[in-house]
Amino acid sequence: MKKLCLKVAEVEQLSPLVKRFRFEEPTGAALPVFSGGAHLTVEMPEGDMIRRNSYSLISDPYDGSGYEIAVRREDKGRGGSLYMHTKVAEGDEITVSVPSNLFQLDLRAKKHVLIAGGIGITPFLSQLRQLDMEQKPYELHYAARSREEAAGIKLLPQAAHVHVHISEEGSRMDLGSILDGQPLGTHVYTCGPDGLITAVADQTARLGWPKTSVHSEAFTAPPPGEPFDVVVKSSGKTVHVKADQSLLEALEAAKVEIDYSCRGGACGRCHTKVTACDGRILHNDHWLSDDERAAQQDIMPCMSRFKGTRLELDL
Amino acid sequence: MTMQFNDETFRGDYTYHNSPEAIRRFPFPFDQDTYMYSVNIEQHPGGPKGTPFEKMFDVDEHYVAEMKDREITLAEDPLRCQSLPHMELAGWDLLELIMVSKAKDYPDLFTLHRDGNDWHWINKPLGIEKKFTFLDATTLPCGPMEYITRQTQGDFALLHERDNNLWMDAGMITSQADWSLDFDVGMNFFEWHAPVPKARKMGVFDKALKFLLAVSQGQHYRRLNWTMTVNPRLDTSPENYHKWGPEKRTITPENVGQKQFLRVELQTFFRLPRSNALAFPIRCYLMNLEDIASNPKWGRRLHRVLRDIDPDLAEYKGFAVNQKFIVDYLSQFDDGAPTSPGIFPDA
Ligand code: HEM
Ligand code: FES
Repeated sequence: MKKLCLKVAEVEQLSPLVKRFRFEEPTGAALPVFSGGAHLTVEMPEGDMIRRNSYSLISDPYDGSGYEIAVRREDKGRGGSLYMHTKVAEGDEITVSVPSNLFQLDLRAKKHVLIAGGIGITPFLSQLRQLDMEQKPYELHYAARSREEAAGIKLLPQAAHVHVHISEEGSRMDLGSILDGQPLGTHVYTCGPDGLITAVADQTARLGWPKTSVHSEAFTAPPPGEPFDVVVKSSGKTVHVKADQSLLEALEAAKVEIDYSCRGGACGRCHTKVTACDGRILHNDHWLSDDERAAQQDIMPCMSRFKGTRLELDL
Repeated sequence: MTMQFNDETFRGDYTYHNSPEAIRRFPFPFDQDTYMYSVNIEQHPGGPKGTPFEKMFDVDEHYVAEMKDREITLAEDPLRCQSLPHMELAGWDLLELIMVSKAKDYPDLFTLHRDGNDWHWINKPLGIEKKFTFLDATTLPCGPMEYITRQTQGDFALLHERDNNLWMDAGMITSQADWSLDFDVGMNFFEWHAPVPKARKMGVFDKALKFLLAVSQGQHYRRLNWTMTVNPRLDTSPENYHKWGPEKRTITPENVGQKQFLRVELQTFFRLPRSNALAFPIRCYLMNLEDIASNPKWGRRLHRVLRDIDPDLAEYKGFAVNQKFIVDYLSQFDDGAPTSPGIFPDA
């Protein structure tokens, strides 16, 4: 993964729980441009390990003067978002990956319908700009519980095709009326809680939309869990995975060579063969098929964990 | 200009030829004495100085003649260049990648001045000077992909990524090893690879696709592929099979060294920034057996590879009919001595 060493140029509190960060090239050189829906992986050194989390880019994709992300503080997470909220300040140096995209717009669409729940608004902020530049018809629906939680409002343009639904104010998002009657060739994109993604999938299935016109942001941060041990086959070494560490992070800390890209269970890059498994793999990825999960011979270390007595990996 | 460009043809009188320098830098594709399909992918660019692996887009002595040949092929058959409407953005990405890379790697041949979206491009070998507005197709004589690939050696496929697959939704294909863009356009990775023997069962395509989907910006890769062609012909397309297919029958033990060419494809992979599409340039290098055998290591090795190759591969690559002539000819260069690892000539 190619890396960039950038400077934290701005930190802004968007809402009680969400901060916006802007990173720039210290020399002022232009950064690689990107496509709507792309994300960055941010490195966060903590003690002797490096935590890496991926965040959607929210800035103008064709503007190489800086990259912006928005991070919601998750007090129960593994600590990545807390690090961003408490340790990162303007003027700091920060290492990020080049942008990559697992949630791109399908530019064949006649029209794009974007549906966001809560912090799931982030990938759409760059997509909106790309859609504007490409002059493609779209509408955006953004649902949040309260106006205070709706950090994205500040970053959204005021436009007739941008709709904000605040449930506390009694304006709940009605998927049926949003999706029914959309022109043939419309694509829908959802990012937010699993419940919202499933609801959109169900609704579009009822309306007979082709599956290939229904997209959702697949990656999430790796969940914390109970600690466990894993054996590296080539060296016989046992690696301990702490509660607030992902398996991938633990392997990296133990200097085991392993490839990655998204760190969110969506790209397939960290796919690893399991050579012994006495117990149950807790698959949290979006990459393996149901059959592969059941067989317990493959694991995606960026997301998945283990419960049992022995797990050996072909590394 | 420091580089000399050959005056030569890839059809009719076939005056194509390789200088001693071109022979020395030829991308010989075999790193051992046997060959089978594999996921042979490595990082690009990067390689010893002077090799075709050193620069993002290799420019060599055949540049000007190859571009003339492309022009002839396109004039006869405009469908060799196609781009579905949603691929125009990928075309701009490709144009940017090539112009920026060539201007940086070959400053004496190509120049690019950029002021915001006002671009000024100078291509000295082809005598082109053009001012245009980036991302505004009305300021170019044709689409951005066609514009830049009429000035760049090699074929180009632009792949759209969706549903965990790659789709061949645009391309400039005039120097292909017997496959057709007009037939493959709109197909996905498994569909267009369907005619290839053995590889799917070996798991090569599943692995290769997973790899390609994970290619990210700023990290480029390459692989070598090869086949055999009678006469130095770039356009070995199914559309024109009637023109080149019969030429296979003209091979004799006397002329095989000059008329039989090893055709090597330097294939590269680039993730494009704005479209998130994948660019797949396929650069073709041709060298006849005589020139290959002028390098003792390559002569020995090519003999062993072609003698022992899986018959299904010889059939698919279209040289089974002449395999005996080829192997008999090459045997005179194989004294049985061991060969050194890797593709490069012994010093
Ligand atoms: C997205 C990029 C790629 C494109 C557009 C592409 C396209 C093609 C096409 C059009 C053919 C000819 C099929 C025919 O006979 O009609 C072919 C052959 C083949 N491809 Fe790919 N390919 C790509 C990537 C790869 C990769 C990464 C591999 C890795 C192993 C691969 C392995 C092969 C092999 C082994 C053949 C048979 C070649 C021969 O024996 O001459 N391809 N490819
Ligand atoms: S790093 Fe992408 S799936 Fe694990």
